[in-house]
Amino acid sequence: MTTKQAGVGSGLAAAALAFLLILITFSTIYIFVKRIWWFPEAITPLGADVDAQFVRTLVITGIVFFLAQLGLGFAIVRYRDRGRRAVYSHGNNKLEILWTTATAIMFLGLGIAAERAWARFHFQGASPGALQIEVVGQQFQWNFRYPGPDGVFGRTDPALINDGAGNFLGLDTSDPAAQDDLVVPQLAIPVNREVELILRAKDVTHSFFVRELRFKQDTVPGLTVRVHFTATKTGKYEIACAELCGLGHHRMRSDLFVLPPDEYENWLRQQAETE
Amino acid sequence: MAAHAHPVVHEAPKGFIRKYIFSTDHKIIGIQYYLLALVSVFIGIILSLLMRLHLIAPTIDLPWFGQMTPEQYLALMTMHGTIMVFFVLTTAPQSGFGNYFLPIQIGAPDMAFPRLNMLSFWVTFAALIVMLAAFFVAGGPGGVAGGAPISGWTAYTPLSAIGPIAGPGLGMGQTLWILSLALFAGASLMGALNFITTTLDLRTKGMSLMRMPLTVWAWFVTAILALLGFAVLLGAGILLLLDRTAGTSFFVPAGLVVTDTQIPHKGGSPLLWQHLFWFFGHPEVYIAILPGMGVTSHILSTFSRKPIFGYRAMVYAIFAIALLGLSVWGHHMFVSGMSPYSALAFSLLTMSIGVPSAIKTFNWIGTLWGGQIRLTTAMLFAIGFVSLFVTGGLSGLFLAQPTVDLPLHDTYFVVGHFHMIMGVAAIFGIFAATYFWFPKMFGRFLNERIGKIHFWITFIGVYAIFMPMHFIGIFGHPRRYADTTAVQFLAQLDPVHTFMTVAAFITGAAQLLFLFNFFWGLWKGEKASDINPWKATSLEWTVPSPPPHDNFQGRFPTVYRGPYEYSVPGAAEDYTPQTAPDTGQPASRH
Repeated sequence: MTTKQAGVGSGLAAAALAFLLILITFSTIYIFVKRIWWFPEAITPLGADVDAQFVRTLVITGIVFFLAQLGLGFAIVRYRDRGRRAVYSHGNNKLEILWTTATAIMFLGLGIAAERAWARFHFQGASPGALQIEVVGQQFQWNFRYPGPDGVFGRTDPALINDGAGNFLGLDTSDPAAQDDLVVPQLAIPVNREVELILRAKDVTHSFFVRELRFKQDTVPGLTVRVHFTATKTGKYEIACAELCGLGHHRMRSDLFVLPPDEYENWLRQQAETE
Repeated sequence: MAAHAHPVVHEAPKGFIRKYIFSTDHKIIGIQYYLLALVSVFIGIILSLLMRLHLIAPTIDLPWFGQMTPEQYLALMTMHGTIMVFFVLTTAPQSGFGNYFLPIQIGAPDMAFPRLNMLSFWVTFAALIVMLAAFFVAGGPGGVAGGAPISGWTAYTPLSAIGPIAGPGLGMGQTLWILSLALFAGASLMGALNFITTTLDLRTKGMSLMRMPLTVWAWFVTAILALLGFAVLLGAGILLLLDRTAGTSFFVPAGLVVTDTQIPHKGGSPLLWQHLFWFFGHPEVYIAILPGMGVTSHILSTFSRKPIFGYRAMVYAIFAIALLGLSVWGHHMFVSGMSPYSALAFSLLTMSIGVPSAIKTFNWIGTLWGGQIRLTTAMLFAIGFVSLFVTGGLSGLFLAQPTVDLPLHDTYFVVGHFHMIMGVAAIFGIFAATYFWFPKMFGRFLNERIGKIHFWITFIGVYAIFMPMHFIGIFGHPRRYADTTAVQFLAQLDPVHTFMTVAAFITGAAQLLFLFNFFWGLWKGEKASDINPWKATSLEWTVPSPPPHDNFQGRFPTVYRGPYEYSVPGAAEDYTPQTAPDTGQPASRH
C-alpha cells in the first residue's frame, strides 16, 4: 500500500461521503421540521413549557448539527489530496476562544432557560385545594387510590397486602378513614383542576409515564414522590411504565381519563358502587 | 526513561505458552484483549439481531429455541448491553490498542508492571467466562436466553437485589452477572494503574507530556477515569452481592411485597444503587469514547498531512471532559425521585461538557481544513467517528436538561443517543484504529477495497438503525419493551421498527466482511514491507512491523518534537518524525 494508491479515487469517494453527510443532515432536519414523528398534543401548561424548551434546543442543536456535518463534508471535498503540500498550521487561538465562548453561551444559556419549567414543576408544591390521588406501581399493574368523601387516605400496612383478595395496597379496614378509600386500576381526573399524584411502589421501581402530560416519574420502593399538574383537555390517554420492572414491563399499562367535572363525579360514584 | 548506554536486548521468552498465552509482553496482551473484544462483539451483535427480529416478528419460531418470550428478550437485552459496554467498548479501545501502542508511542520497552498486565487480562478473561456462564445456569427465562438475568445492564435495585421472586434469571444468573462485573472492575483497576504509571514514568528522552500523541493523552486520562469509576462499581457490586446472599439491606427498603410475599429487608435505598452505579456508569461512557477521540485525532492529522489543529486545546478538552464527566452522573436520575434541586447542578455541569466536546469537533474540522486529505479506510472511519460524535453528542444536550428529559427519559431517544455516541462512534474509533495499525501489529495490510465497502455499508447502516430511534423516542416509545402490542399508541410505529430491523441485519451482515478481512489479512494480506506505510510521525512507525519483544531492541529513541509535524515548510518530506534530530535538516525515512 503506497500513499499514491491510498489517494486513488479520493475525488469520487470524497464527493460520495460529502453527499452522504448532506443527505443525512437534510433528511434529519426535514423529519424534524415536518414533525413526521412528534409528541402528541400536550394537555398541561407544563407540557407547553416542555415543548417550547424542546424546540429551543432543537433550533440550537440543529444549527450546530448543520454547520458541523456540512463543514465536515465541505472540508473532505475541498481539501482532498491533490498531490500538493498541506497548509502548515498548529491552530488559531482566536478561533478556539471564539467557538469555546460561543458554545458555552449557547449551551449554558439553554440549560438555564430549561430550569424555570423544572422549578415550577418540582420546587412549588401543589396548592392546598389540589385533588390528591395515590399511584402505586406493582409488577405489572397500576393501582390508583382516591381518599373517598372524607378526603383522608386510610392506613395501609404491607403485611395486609393480599392481591388474591383484591387488597393490593394493604388497606387496613379497621381504620375508619380507610373504609371509603377507593382503589381502582384506572386513573380519572377532572379537567382544569389541579391534581397531586402521590407516587409509590410495592415491589420494584416502576415509572409513571403519560406522553400527553409530558412527564414521567419513577415510583420507587421506600420513597414517596409528589408531582402536580392541571390537565386542560378532556380525553382518554395511555399510561405506560417507563422503568424496567420485570418480564411484564411492556404490558404494564393503564388509562388516564380527563373528564368534565360532572362526568368525573359520576365515574367516582360508579367505581365506588362496583367496588 | 533514559536511553541505555549500550543496547540491552530483551529476548522474547521461548515456548508457545509463555510467548502467546501467559505472555507479559504488552503487545501480545493488547492482541489478546482485542481478540476477546472481537469474540464479544459478535456475540453482542447476534443478541441484538435476535432482539430486533423479535420486535418485528414476536411469534416467529427460532431454530432450536422456538418462540421467544418477553423475558427471554429482556435477558438478551441485558447481556447485549453488558457484553458490549464492558467486554467490547471498554476492552478494545483502551485495553487492546492502549496496551499495544501506549508503550511504543512513548518509547518504552513494555508496561511498567508486565505481570500485573498479564493478570489484568486473565482476570478480564475469567470475567467474560463467568458472564457467559449465566447463559447456562438454571432459573432463567430459558430458550435462547438460558439462565441470563433480565434486569438490564444497569441492574436497578430492588429488581436485581431480591432474587428469583422478582423474575426469571434474577437468581443464579444475576449473581454470576455481578461476580463477572466485580472481576472485570478489579481487572480494570489493575490495568488503569499500569497505564497511569507507564505514562508518567516510562517516557523516553525528550518525550515531554506536551509531545505525547493525543492517543496517549486519551489512554492516560481514560485510565484515571477507570481508576476512579471502577473502584466505585467494584464496591457497589460487592454490596449488591451481600444484599443478595448475606441478608444485608444496602439497596432494599423495608415493606416490599412481591406477589403477596413480604421481602425481609429493611433500611436500604434503591437510589443509593443508582448513585453508585452512575458514578461509575457515566465516566464509563467517556472510558469508551475518549480512546476513540484520541485515535480519530491521530488519524485525521496523519491523513490530512497537517498538524493537529489546536493540540493544547485538544489536551485541555480531554481533561475537561473527564473532569466534568465525573460530576454529572445525576443526569441519569432526573426522574428517579432524587432531590429536584440537585438536578439543576447536574444539568448545568452536563451542558458544560458540550463545550469541550464542541472544541474537539471544531478542531477536527480545523485539522482537515487546508489539508491534503487521503481517504484511506482508516481515514473514512475517523471521519465517520466525527460525524457520529456530533450527532450523538447533540442529542445529549436534550437529555441533559431535566425539563426536556421529562418526556424523553427512558424512551428510544435515549437508546438512539447512547448507541450513536458510546456505541457506534466508539466502534468507528476501533475500526479506524484497526485499519490504521493492523500493518504495524501483524506486518500485513487489511484489504482496502473490502475495508471501504465495509465502511460505506456500516456508516449508512448505523444512521439507518439509530437515527429513527430518536424519532420514535420523541413520539413516546418507552425503551426495554419486549413487545409493542400491549401499549396501544405504539402500533403506528411498526413500520419504523421494521425499517430499523432490516437496517440492522444488513449492517450486521457487513461486519462479516470485516471478520473475513481481518483473518484473511492475518495470513494472506499484502505484506507491509515499509515500516512506515502511512508516512506518519509517531514512534510506532520507527520500529519493525510487528515490533520486536522490547519494541526498540534496547535502542530507545530520543524525541525532538511534537507528534504531528506534517508538511513542515522546507522539509523534504511532508512528515517529520518525532525522532528526526532538531537540526533543521530534512526528515529521514524513519
